[in-house]
Amino acid sequence: MTGIDKQFPGVKALDKVNLKVRPHSIHALMGENGAGKSTLLKCLFGIYEKDAGEILFLGEKVSFQSSKQALESGVSMVHQELNQVLQRTVMDNIWLGRYPLKGFFVDHDKMYRDTKEVFEELDIDIDPKVKVATLSVSQMQMLEIAKAFSYDAKIVIMDEPTSSLSEKEVSHLFKIIKKLKEKGCGIVYISHKMEEIFEICDDITILRDGVWVDTRPLEGLTMDAIISMMVGRELTQRFPPKTNVPKEPILRVNNLTAANQPSIQDISFDLRKGEVLGIAGLVGAKRTDIVEALFGIRERSGGEILLHDKVMRNRDAHEAIQNGFALVTEERRATGIYGNLDITFNSLVANVEQYKENFGLLSNRKMKSDTQWVIDSMSVKTPSHQTNIGSLSGGNQQKVIIGRWLLTQPEILMLDEPTRGIDVGAKFEIYQLILELAKKDKGIIIISSEMPELLGITDRILVMSNGRNAGIVETKKTDQSEILALAARYL
Amino acid sequence: MESLKNLSMTRYLKEGGIYAVLFILLAVIIIQEPSFLSLRNLSNILTQSSVRIIIALGVAGLIVTQGTDLSAGRQVGLAAVLSASLLQAAENVNRVYPDLGEIPIVGVILVVCAVGAFIGLVNGIIVAYLKVTPFIATLGTMIIVYGVNSLYFDSVGASPIAGFDERFSTFAQGFIRLGDFKLSYLLFYAIVAICVVWVIWNKTVFGKNIFAIGGNPEAAKVSGVNVPKTLLMIYALSGVFYAFGGMLEAGRIGSATNNLGFMYELDAIAACVVGGVSFAGGVGSVAGVVTGVLIFTVINYGMTYIGVSPYWQYIIKGSIIIFAVALDSMKYAGKK
Repeated sequence: MTGIDKQFPGVKALDKVNLKVRPHSIHALMGENGAGKSTLLKCLFGIYEKDAGEILFLGEKVSFQSSKQALESGVSMVHQELNQVLQRTVMDNIWLGRYPLKGFFVDHDKMYRDTKEVFEELDIDIDPKVKVATLSVSQMQMLEIAKAFSYDAKIVIMDEPTSSLSEKEVSHLFKIIKKLKEKGCGIVYISHKMEEIFEICDDITILRDGVWVDTRPLEGLTMDAIISMMVGRELTQRFPPKTNVPKEPILRVNNLTAANQPSIQDISFDLRKGEVLGIAGLVGAKRTDIVEALFGIRERSGGEILLHDKVMRNRDAHEAIQNGFALVTEERRATGIYGNLDITFNSLVANVEQYKENFGLLSNRKMKSDTQWVIDSMSVKTPSHQTNIGSLSGGNQQKVIIGRWLLTQPEILMLDEPTRGIDVGAKFEIYQLILELAKKDKGIIIISSEMPELLGITDRILVMSNGRNAGIVETKKTDQSEILALAARYL
Repeated sequence: MESLKNLSMTRYLKEGGIYAVLFILLAVIIIQEPSFLSLRNLSNILTQSSVRIIIALGVAGLIVTQGTDLSAGRQVGLAAVLSASLLQAAENVNRVYPDLGEIPIVGVILVVCAVGAFIGLVNGIIVAYLKVTPFIATLGTMIIVYGVNSLYFDSVGASPIAGFDERFSTFAQGFIRLGDFKLSYLLFYAIVAICVVWVIWNKTVFGKNIFAIGGNPEAAKVSGVNVPKTLLMIYALSGVFYAFGGMLEAGRIGSATNNLGFMYELDAIAACVVGGVSFAGGVGSVAGVVTGVLIFTVINYGMTYIGVSPYWQYIIKGSIIIFAVALDSMKYAGKK
């Protein structure tokens, strides 16, 4: 792929990007979130149409119009968000879009045999006839890889395949990937985990903010060299200086357990005034469940929440807000923004009862001034109060949502993956905001999958493993490997 | 171990709740009126269910794809009027087409089904290519089809079309007597429809694609399923089912007006959801749809048999719809 351009409304996602993958090799594609990795591969795969540039595949110029065409030509992709039909069986999912036929009818026996064969070849132990909904996340991931493999693919793209797997499952996955490589596949491997890249990859291409930085053999490169190419500056500048000072505890959580398992069990911790507490863990470690349980949107079967030594019941979100809790949810699009409504609505929606005046009608003047406060204090870049939030960038949307929760004047601010899908500059601003709030004596809980982020801005880190608290570490005295070890403790 | 048992108990209740409803209803009716238990009543219930089953099977395929069809009833009406006007007896003095020769029944079936397929195709284009939500798209065509049907009905005299050709009456009202049990031709057609739909849903690529689209449209798309084309096909197919159902309905009743078929779509949709076809898409079975239709027929027929006021029947029907769908969402909605 050479000189690929892609323009989205308002942003240039890709600017003359190159990618060259050899057969019999595993090619790492690296870059920060938002650097354009997924966009690039979607252009290859025919999901997005590229604006410029050309793609050569097996020596021929190609331009796939649809994913079907790409798949049939031998390019397959293991998607980051698993795209599966949960209500159907494993084999139905693998052969979806190309069921084997016997005359006019689907040949179920052949489907079963072929699925078995693929699974045996890849050493996967799943019954082809069970429904996908009953599989674990890692089994679903295996299923996706088996599906990609079953297309006789020459190029297999893997978008963060290990993000939800345990260590044992990862090594199994690597075996599969190496098998693919032996069979002559070129594999594009996207991951944020440096150790993995060094373990299995041969070449590396680095992108930064939609621009191609470099492609070279991995041999001779160091982790630091890669990081500085990805970030484009020294790592020390990624986070604002930490000046908050944790004081006495304000929140105590004792033996918090969720009613509907699998979920959190027996979680205890405390949170101090002016402290930023991180929650780390693998995907599926039930980190989000903690804040949901605290916020009253996940049913609890046991445990207590003490704010200033007073028991908080938090039976639903409304009560939690009244008690001074606020939650910025993980899925910004799904549960955060009201995409087709304006900044005013999005800023005020959690706090709307405060604007009641005579006869219970809402006060325009107060709403206007509070919206302005959100825009100013969060430095949101927007043309007007009436702009639809959907037309802002991800970073600005997130700032509006944080502002929304600050309007409720919380004592405890919980942020679930607050910087996901946000560009580097906006991330820095959000870190600044979080630390500012901590300085104002708020208690802050932040969930993140990005280890450097947790190490950069928190005071302590609670590590979750399989629904349980695997340990709380002092950020200054810990490192990535200790946290990873804790995260695997109860697997 | 004990908890495992409990778990499967609740699961059986959720999975089989709707069959339990049918049995309880039957039990109540039989206790009230033991004479209900007769072959004659059984054959009546099956015959009364037949046309409804055909119509419900048409809608069911759409609901599986996360769609719906409000125009079903009006399509039934159009097919009924159309086939009635083409199949009047030669000696009938009020014939709408006095000079029309004798058209073979198969010919009429082909004509009305082609019209049905066309309307379905229009629905499909609106949903799949113009991206209008199925509820709105078919709300629109429902009104349009009624208008078209009324224009046609006016042009052929604006009075009920009756006095059918002997062949048509036999086609729709005929039966084979097996002792007390009358195997009606209608039931036979319904069984054929059931078999056809079962094969499509379970044995063909098209059927599997319907379920894939309903279960996860995005997954279907990235796996290379042609989503718009599949939608187009299923809407066209449903039109064929309504049309055939409408023709049978005209023959069964013995006359047709432009108001025939009014609200049939709601009965059909209700039967589907009661039978476990989920509005969330991707879930449904032919057996469920048939059971759903039977439940409503049993309510109608059986409750009337034991003298329950039709107003009470409405209340019972409505409650059963809500109960069934609540069971359904308990089955699929993950609890937090």
